[in-house]
Amino acid sequence: MFDILGYTFMQRALVASTLIGAICAIIGVYVVLKSLAFIGSGIAHASFGGVALGYLLGWNLIFSAALFSLLTALGIGTVSRRSEVREDTAIGIFFAASMALGVVLIGLLQGYNVDLFGFLFGSVLAVSQADLWLSALLGLLVLITVGLFYKEFLFIAFDAEMAEVVGVPAAALYYLLLALIALTVVISIRVVGIILVEALIVTPAAAAYQLTDDFPRMMGVAVGIGVASAVAGLFLSYWLNIASGAAIVLTATLLFGVATLLSPRRRLALKEAAEAEESTQWAAE
Amino acid sequence: MVADGPWAVEMEKVTVAFGRTVALQDVSLRVRRGEFVGIVGPNGSGKTTLLRTVLGLVRPVRGEVRVLGAPVERLGAVRHRLGYVPQLAAIDTRFPVHVLDVVLMGRYGQIGLLRRPSAADREAARAALARVGLADLAGRQIGQLSGGQRQRVLIARALAVEPEILLLDEPATGVDPVTSGSLYELLNHLHEEGITIMMVSHDVGVVSQYVDQVACLNRYLVVHGRPEEVLTTEVVEDCYGCGAMFLTHGDLPHIVVGPHRKKGLVARVSPASQRKQAGE
Repeated sequence: MFDILGYTFMQRALVASTLIGAICAIIGVYVVLKSLAFIGSGIAHASFGGVALGYLLGWNLIFSAALFSLLTALGIGTVSRRSEVREDTAIGIFFAASMALGVVLIGLLQGYNVDLFGFLFGSVLAVSQADLWLSALLGLLVLITVGLFYKEFLFIAFDAEMAEVVGVPAAALYYLLLALIALTVVISIRVVGIILVEALIVTPAAAAYQLTDDFPRMMGVAVGIGVASAVAGLFLSYWLNIASGAAIVLTATLLFGVATLLSPRRRLALKEAAEAEESTQWAAE
Repeated sequence: MVADGPWAVEMEKVTVAFGRTVALQDVSLRVRRGEFVGIVGPNGSGKTTLLRTVLGLVRPVRGEVRVLGAPVERLGAVRHRLGYVPQLAAIDTRFPVHVLDVVLMGRYGQIGLLRRPSAADREAARAALARVGLADLAGRQIGQLSGGQRQRVLIARALAVEPEILLLDEPATGVDPVTSGSLYELLNHLHEEGITIMMVSHDVGVVSQYVDQVACLNRYLVVHGRPEEVLTTEVVEDCYGCGAMFLTHGDLPHIVVGPHRKKGLVARVSPASQRKQAGE
């Protein structure tokens, strides 16, 4: 049953899936807690323009997609920090424009064999050796950055304004977080696809959120669910001959459903209990 | 560090606008070190904006703000001497963090990037929690607290900074009377220890009991001075733009704001203005 692991492409896809399952989940925790899902989606869609441009110029597609996504992330961040245009409106405009540009560029490439479907929905076969190395490098970069600024990212996700008040560079860290989202999206494109990558970022973190009240544990559980979804989805994709992105995302969604059922809506219940018991006095010396 | 002067906060003809909406107009206000200042005014009068301007979160379009002698655009290390208690509604109660984590965040600015909190930082956070009477709830998730307890966590976070100036935005909102009583007692203690306090409140009665100075704000500064001198019915009317009067329940003066200026509410005298009249 697992003899497919004898194929090099499958080994590469498996390593890539484990990697992106973990990284998407870690970044997803911040995306879920800071309500950045729509921004993430925008960045992912915008990368399509970068992929098409890469084809046209003959660059490595991950590289050109990374460039495009980073620029989009910074653009969205800048617009969202000024208030002339509403943030969601800006994202809507940005990502549609970038996708349209991608379609135009792909149109110019007639005659080339472009695996459009694979880019949009993921393809097990698509991961090349060079892609794997570049992904691993970028993934390491994301993990190290999250590790270095762990406490600051937690702070700006919880209360960005207070972070700024006590002298944490909240604005710079927000841009950095958007950049990490962009890199995460780019790493995941080959396996999950542009359209579905956002789900692999958001769903495992959202499932973990149902199961725990503890931040480090939420991150751990999210990584577990993310990796499990990516690996299980990959095998399903091979056996059922469906797009790997779709198989991975549906597995994650299933796990999210289970998590929601297992979560006994504890948060609400506990909060009500606390309200009821409230009568403690201040101990102001 | 900046040269020490007598002023904690100096605002010179400060105007703040959001687009075309003017939130503060030509506000000049000086707060002496160690003073307890209450800022009162109706909703939308710019009270919160005033605090945010002092914190450097909002840039004035005109005027000058200095905090502990440093211009607000370049607060630098002065930031680490300010404690801020935002409105309770600003906090996401479902966020998966524990009480002690939240209080510790107050020290992140001083800790600096790429460093982990030290034992001393944890000690300061625990001391701040003990100060507000929540020492035994350090390990609770913030969603498991009542509104009053959460408010105290926010105050503990501001105290963990070990601030010289404490700025509070409606700290008694959503808190029962017993708890708010002990809140004001705590502020009183901090005041006696020499911490400068700027507190935004809509409760004129309470403010007049505890503070040294009161500032009535309604976009512009209506008046600023000692509560017993400035809190007359006329001033409050001017500030709130409608008929207003003080009522007394026991020792606690309350303010009642009428719907219309010209309706001729019979203005009863507040204890403060009674004292004033008796002095004359």
